Amino acid sequence: MAQNAAAATAERKPKRAKRPSHTSGMSRALVRRETISAYLFLLPSLFFFVAFVVVPMVICVVYSFLDYGLGGVQGFAGLDNYARMLTDPIFHAGLRNTVLIVVVAVPTVTAFSLWVGSAIYQMHPFPRSFFRCVFYLPVVTGSVAITVVWKWILNPYNGILNQVTDNVGFDWLGTQSTAIWFIILILFTTSIGQPIVLYVAALGNVDTSIVEAAQVDGATKLQIFWRIKWPAIMPTTLYVLVITTINSFQCFALIQLLTRGGPLNSTMTIMYQIYDTAYTRQDFGYANAMGVVLAIIIAIFSAIQFKVAKTDQ
Amino acid sequence: MSANATALKAKKSADLSGTSTGYKVFVVVVLILVTLFFLFPLYWIVTGSFKDAIEINAREPIWFPQAPTIDNYLRLFEHPALRWLFNIVFISGAAMLLTCITASLAGYALAKKRFIGRGVLFTIIICAMALPKQVIVIPLLQEMTFIGLDDTLAAVILPTVGWPFGVFLMKQFAETIPSEILEAARVDGAGELRTFTTVVLPMIKPGIGALAIFTFVNTWNDYFLQLVMLRSETNWTLPVGIARLQGEMSNDFGLIMAGAALAAVPIIIVFIAFQKYFTQGIAMGAVKG
Amino acid sequence: MKKVFALALTLAMVLSLAACGGNNDTADDTSGTEEGTGTTISLWSFNIGGFTDAASWDSLIAAFNEQYPDITVEVNPINYQDGDSILTSAISSGTAPDIIFEGPERIVGNYAREGLMVDLSDLWTASGSDIPESISSVSQLDGTYYLYPLSVAAHCMAINYEVFEAAGALQYIDEETRTWTTDDFVAAMEAIRDAAAAGTVSVATPGIIYCGAQGGDQGTRALVNNLYSDYYVNEDGTSYNINSANNVQALTLLQSMVNDESLSANASFQASDELQQFANGTSAVTFCWNYSNYTQYADQTQFTPFAMAFPSDDGVPELEMAGPYGFGVFDNGDQAKIDAAKTFIDFICNDQTAGVEAVKTTGFFPAHADWGDVYEGDADADLRAPFALMSNYLGRYYNLTGGWTEQRALWWPMLAEIMTTGADPQTAADNFVEQANANIG
Repeated sequence: MAQNAAAATAERKPKRAKRPSHTSGMSRALVRRETISAYLFLLPSLFFFVAFVVVPMVICVVYSFLDYGLGGVQGFAGLDNYARMLTDPIFHAGLRNTVLIVVVAVPTVTAFSLWVGSAIYQMHPFPRSFFRCVFYLPVVTGSVAITVVWKWILNPYNGILNQVTDNVGFDWLGTQSTAIWFIILILFTTSIGQPIVLYVAALGNVDTSIVEAAQVDGATKLQIFWRIKWPAIMPTTLYVLVITTINSFQCFALIQLLTRGGPLNSTMTIMYQIYDTAYTRQDFGYANAMGVVLAIIIAIFSAIQFKVAKTDQ
Repeated sequence: MSANATALKAKKSADLSGTSTGYKVFVVVVLILVTLFFLFPLYWIVTGSFKDAIEINAREPIWFPQAPTIDNYLRLFEHPALRWLFNIVFISGAAMLLTCITASLAGYALAKKRFIGRGVLFTIIICAMALPKQVIVIPLLQEMTFIGLDDTLAAVILPTVGWPFGVFLMKQFAETIPSEILEAARVDGAGELRTFTTVVLPMIKPGIGALAIFTFVNTWNDYFLQLVMLRSETNWTLPVGIARLQGEMSNDFGLIMAGAALAAVPIIIVFIAFQKYFTQGIAMGAVKG
Repeated sequence: MKKVFALALTLAMVLSLAACGGNNDTADDTSGTEEGTGTTISLWSFNIGGFTDAASWDSLIAAFNEQYPDITVEVNPINYQDGDSILTSAISSGTAPDIIFEGPERIVGNYAREGLMVDLSDLWTASGSDIPESISSVSQLDGTYYLYPLSVAAHCMAINYEVFEAAGALQYIDEETRTWTTDDFVAAMEAIRDAAAAGTVSVATPGIIYCGAQGGDQGTRALVNNLYSDYYVNEDGTSYNINSANNVQALTLLQSMVNDESLSANASFQASDELQQFANGTSAVTFCWNYSNYTQYADQTQFTPFAMAFPSDDGVPELEMAGPYGFGVFDNGDQAKIDAAKTFIDFICNDQTAGVEAVKTTGFFPAHADWGDVYEGDADADLRAPFALMSNYLGRYYNLTGGWTEQRALWWPMLAEIMTTGADPQTAADNFVEQANANIG
């Protein structure tokens, strides 16, 4: 709670400083009127948010303290479900792989899409839309369609990859050291479309007169990029970071349809483990406890990411 | 538009002057290689859907169907595949519409109103917007059963609308509205709703476009929620249907590719046809965000 | 402008209502045949044999409705790929079906153990007297019957006859009894490996041990257990037994066969992937075979798939029972539905006309001993003969051991560890038993 409040003030302060005219001198009656009208505006959104996110989340927390399986609630489990996570090797593997996916995919996607964006934004409109379109195609194709075709491409015997590399029989998705990298690769192909479109637009909007002035002053390309363009596209980068992180955390179809967390948990993610624990192993209490821990991790992660990006700006 | 074009040309000549030819060649080569890599799965889906079982399972590469067959499609349509297509379009469309309405109202209030609880609310939204649906799926499913929406399309639509990412996005947009304009509208005696519809909405229109596309595409790809919520075959969506075409004892890639093609091709055609609006919508979203 | 906004809001609300409403429409479509005041029951059917979709039940349900017009049966087909998760989610949210069509593993071992099923003893008392003990013993838990059986078969394996012939490996099998010894099996696999290396046969590998989750576990399990004639679970069902000397010897043998390439192991392969490779002619054997797989792949196989029992050191196989497939009733608290469900089960399993049709649709053999050979005189009777032969080799049934669901999740990683990473079989098997026994409770 204290943390919330701190975050809230930190969030509000710069706004106040920026727009003093708006808030200063507001009378108490005005504050009340603003509050009422604000909540009326928020009402439809809050209704859905509370009904379908907050309420289930609260129930989820309750369940996490129960011994709850297919036959119903067997009793109160106290902190048992949480204690189990400490010694559960699958959970540890899941945590490690989830972090690995996010830590590898987010910077790679961001950097690569920025590179593609800066390589194509000055091109003739035709190749520019062509490339932008190509990279966006996997996004619109849909994760399931992309995943099933990769399953075929990577098949040890009938897959085109092994056939052209004369490697028939090698099991890319069945080998611990390679499976996770293919998951990340496929995730990468379905993630960079949106960031590229965003960067092309953002770079196209950078004020050209400043760039030209800098060039006249003899600035190098690198200097121009870091001093002028990078700050200008910072809001885009924040947005890209947020959506890519969400995407990477939530890659589910890939895991479920390609490896089911295997081989030997080398592609197990917490998201898949929650699903597997609940619906295959029929242990709802433990699944919800993992959910609660994950929710806390992600909330902290999002808050930090947001803070960092804000202060950077 | 023409001013833009001239500016672009000027910028182009200015920028490229500092780049070596070697680097330019490198860029083009890499882009083309990556393009091939991105296009290949699509090519493979479409050609695969016309291959018979023997070609699908061949042990040497068959780059193009030698004996094209529509058998895979005939077998696909033994399932209610068009119904699945309709379902996913309906779910994505409805979620998009509802999200745009609720999020633009809420985003405006969060950005432009100073009210009690604003900071706390915004923090909650930040923390919740990346929350994966897996976390709450067990209670969510029970809740849907409780309110009688179990195994309906609404069970996918409503939680999607509840996700607060849209509110975050619209708040970022609404912050760019100059407060003076709102003040002026108030002085003119415009009511809250009137201010919103006549002043705010036109200014955040690009943002709504961005949010609409984002929500549509994300809902389309939200296989997990569809998988858990939709049980009867007629309620499945195309992604769920494709996934379930893989049986325990059979792995009919031809049939699966036909399903994947049905999922991919219509939306790709729509995307290419409206590419300009699509990318503009997303792009405007980002620049202001 | 205000009006436009109000209109949009209304539209959105209507749309979201339509989403639920639209759905009710479809529900109405399927229950359009409802006879006013009758009972509607839901049947969730796993894809067993020919029961692959809702339509495969149509003629049986039509026959049923001629006698019982006021009971409407709604079929929802599910498969082994994600049927478990669909059922679990339905049970957790209180929307379990009325009837489930499956085997004892889930109906008795999982759901009845959790107290979710209805006692079907009255059906057994009325008409179950001719059902063999091997079937009745696995349809019950602590003396109460929860499953009423329709048909039964044995899981077996199959070989590519032409490849065996070309590789000179037919000498290692007994074509009459369809059995072979462990030594024969090893020799046959090595002969095929060598023939493939020499280019005599075109297989890529003699056989594939699939280690990737979900269905088909019975195949790899039976392979391991038969090689040195041991059991998966100890005599009194109190402990898993995969770390016994014989079973570890079997695992070690398979590991060494993988190492010298007379077998391969794929950690990403499920049973379906392995079957597909067999059907393509990529591998020369499959460990996951029965009549329904035979018919499913008949169009694709350009060779003779020859059904075989699993190899064992003494040449006497003990096969796992496929099924007995039959029905269980979920206790949803509505007596009218429970009664209707029992009426339906009684009709399908005990009415000889409907029953024989249902048995033939599964492609297996009737649970009722009195029905005799239901396939006699059928055009495909000789195709079924090998599978009927396999029924003679049925061994001890142990799939009702406690913690069956959990051990299944442990089996695949253990197999992958031993076969693809070269882990010590004894250690891996000990780990498996320790973890599996923890849930046996």
